[in-house]
Amino acid sequence: MAKYLKTYPEKCSACGTCMDVCSETFFKEKNPLKSAIKIEPKDGRVLMTVCDQTCRLCVDECPVQALTVNSAGVVLLNKNKCIGCLACVSVCPINAMMWFEGGQTPFKCIACGKCAEACPEQALEIVEEG
Amino acid sequence: MTQDLNKIKSGHKILKEWSYELKPVDKGYNMRTLYVNISDNTVAEKAVSEEMKMTFTGGKGFGMKLLWDGVKPETKWNDPENEICIATGPIGGNTNYPGSGKSLVVSLSPLTGIPIDSNVGGYFGPYLKFAGFDAMEIQGKADKDVIVYIDGDEGKVQIIEAPYEAVDSHVIGEQIIDLFAKNEEDKINISSVSAGTGSDHAWIGCLNFSMWDKRRQGVRFKQAGRGGIGTVFRNKRIKALVVRFSNLSGVSNNPADIATVQKTGLKLHKEIIALDDQQCRMRKVGTAHLSEIMNEYDLLPTLNYKYGSHKDAPKISSDVFYNEFLSKGKPDGCWYGCTMACAKVAEDFELKTGPYKGQKVLVDGPEYETIGGCGSNVGIFDARDILEINFYCDTYGLDTISFGTMTAFIMECWENGILDKEKTGGLDFTWGNSDSVLELLHQISRGEGFGKIAGKGIREMKNYFEKHFGADRKFMDDIGMEAKGLEYSEYVTKESLAMQGGYGLALKGPQHDEAWLIFMDMVQGLIPTFEDKAEALHYFPMFRTWFGLQGLCKLPWNDIEPADNAQTSEPAKVPEHVQNYVDLFNAITGQHIDKEELILQSERVYNFQRVFNIRMGKGLREHDSIPYRSVGPVTVEEYESRAERYDKQLKEKVGIDPSGMSSEEKVKVMREYREDQYEKLIDAVYERRGWTKNGVPKPEHLKKLGIAFDDVLDVVNKHL
Repeated sequence: MAKYLKTYPEKCSACGTCMDVCSETFFKEKNPLKSAIKIEPKDGRVLMTVCDQTCRLCVDECPVQALTVNSAGVVLLNKNKCIGCLACVSVCPINAMMWFEGGQTPFKCIACGKCAEACPEQALEIVEEG
Repeated sequence: MTQDLNKIKSGHKILKEWSYELKPVDKGYNMRTLYVNISDNTVAEKAVSEEMKMTFTGGKGFGMKLLWDGVKPETKWNDPENEICIATGPIGGNTNYPGSGKSLVVSLSPLTGIPIDSNVGGYFGPYLKFAGFDAMEIQGKADKDVIVYIDGDEGKVQIIEAPYEAVDSHVIGEQIIDLFAKNEEDKINISSVSAGTGSDHAWIGCLNFSMWDKRRQGVRFKQAGRGGIGTVFRNKRIKALVVRFSNLSGVSNNPADIATVQKTGLKLHKEIIALDDQQCRMRKVGTAHLSEIMNEYDLLPTLNYKYGSHKDAPKISSDVFYNEFLSKGKPDGCWYGCTMACAKVAEDFELKTGPYKGQKVLVDGPEYETIGGCGSNVGIFDARDILEINFYCDTYGLDTISFGTMTAFIMECWENGILDKEKTGGLDFTWGNSDSVLELLHQISRGEGFGKIAGKGIREMKNYFEKHFGADRKFMDDIGMEAKGLEYSEYVTKESLAMQGGYGLALKGPQHDEAWLIFMDMVQGLIPTFEDKAEALHYFPMFRTWFGLQGLCKLPWNDIEPADNAQTSEPAKVPEHVQNYVDLFNAITGQHIDKEELILQSERVYNFQRVFNIRMGKGLREHDSIPYRSVGPVTVEEYESRAERYDKQLKEKVGIDPSGMSSEEKVKVMREYREDQYEKLIDAVYERRGWTKNGVPKPEHLKKLGIAFDDVLDVVNKHL
């Protein structure tokens, strides 16, 4: 089972709605630094960075087992267990484990789908496979 | 197990309970230490003054200061006033920068009679700090076995009579978890310090610092190996120290600037993840990777340091351990947040000998030093045997380095007829005889037979063999690889004069954590003159001392290097990482040091420790002498094995034509030359360090460093 946020960069207009929705949902403020999805226009294209829930290197690396995979196949961080070492941030091959300076724990996409609902271009979609 | 636990608990008697006020750490410091006396069951806290903090910084610095105040010049290791001090440092316990979980243990050593400091991973030091204390000081000697328990959640310290717990670490480590953890989740919050039955009888005892391994559902350990602190621990009749702390977070140090701590840590995490596979492979194989490198450069101690390489060395290379024994894909650090994760584990290792024969156990390691000491140096080229020796050394509370080096000495004595079966009680110490080596270990644990003599280390063995067996003292002094009474760690130093000094001048005795200059000196030729070598023997020991003041591990300094390190002006110093340390210290403590002040912090403690050695009767030039085996070829056999190299040196360095000379003559001439070089090196280093020709720190130097206290000057003034 794998549930994840699928991205369609070719449809994305880089409006940033998804980042606003995400940071508002989890941090109660509109702040792209606090969004679990990052949108960056680059060389005439759009780079969409978000966890695809598949490689799970962060789960293996976490020294306190604060990262686990739920029954839907989504990697979740238990903030109560996290000791803020940021090892997970460093092992993520696609830079999808997010962190902002001074934040005590990292954060990541949990495939909640709020951004996909709000995306005006249908560039995001929650997909469940397997 | 429950029945066992009930029995163990039934023996517990609380001899003392003491409460203290819980306070958060402030910028890396608690500004108090814990004093426990197990003779009269006193428990108290001592304030850390601003002067103590600025003079001794923390970690080993605090340990040395507390020990100095606790002992007298005539104190022996087994006197009640000897102490065991455990401290991390201001940086210790942060979860962001790799290698931040070290504890520094300080005591008067049974082997040397002077202060020993030994650094160790595991959770105890950081938990002790977050429980409220910058250091813990244990003095006295209990009548019966005790446990000292520090509850950092409740603010409570107990001294508990503990008659029924095991002594061997892999057993008591598990018992402690079952006794003190409230539930499964709580196990991770408990850490213990224990020794083993070997520590009851030998002088090479070590301490095991525990960590609960949640993935494997078992206890793992790291060892404070050097200098016999486990022996002191058991002589005090301590079975275990236990600490609980359950509220660890990324800000437990309450740093002045968390963002910088995080950024600096994350930068190194990323460097390790990106580069370690191409550099030292610490994440995969740990320090074991050194065995093949040392073999390649003729530096792997083989047959008691006679040689530096062996045809069978590939059988004990890191790949063999990795492919056949070590867990794969599990990052095994010894403290949280260390992505270098070099603490390797062999799981389900089935023991073939001894009291635990047939048990499947976790073996921590092997570290390179264990492979060198308990492998090539004793002629054992079997990875499985090395792991079995490793396991038993650890659980018996014995230092694998001293054990390996002293066994190598025994084997060379055997080879030369100093020992035979009659003298060893039937054990055959032919090179590579792993059955005898393991039996020796079990004898040490039981306090029986030849093990009883051997466990006292090389210096005592030399005395014993001379007195009882009429052995040639000079030969034993040449081949017995100890200095100041401590066994050498595992590097062949014959071709690196700077490293000979690194070992001979190391304050605690010949351990490589103070200086490792072989490549700079021998391979790269970066420090050709005496002045260059003296500068290196000033800077690197001071720089490396700093790790021990902070609660840091040395490995993430230069066992990983930035991609552009080779292009910097001083690659050997790893300038970017030095700056990381400056940034990290300032971000945690709120102070404003630079890289020069970093060295000064060390220099204060380093010189204080040198004076401490003098105070205890072993800190002068004569005590910095080293066995000739570490300097050059003792025997004709050794000379001839590397004849081409030595002949060339006689020609080019000594200015003598070796043709027509006998090997005996060549050995003699080479020896005169090399011993003279060593003395010249010592002169240069003393001068650079601000010491007299006799190795005494000059009063004006002590004043400059701010450690010219009356009791310090009293010691040095007697030797000026």
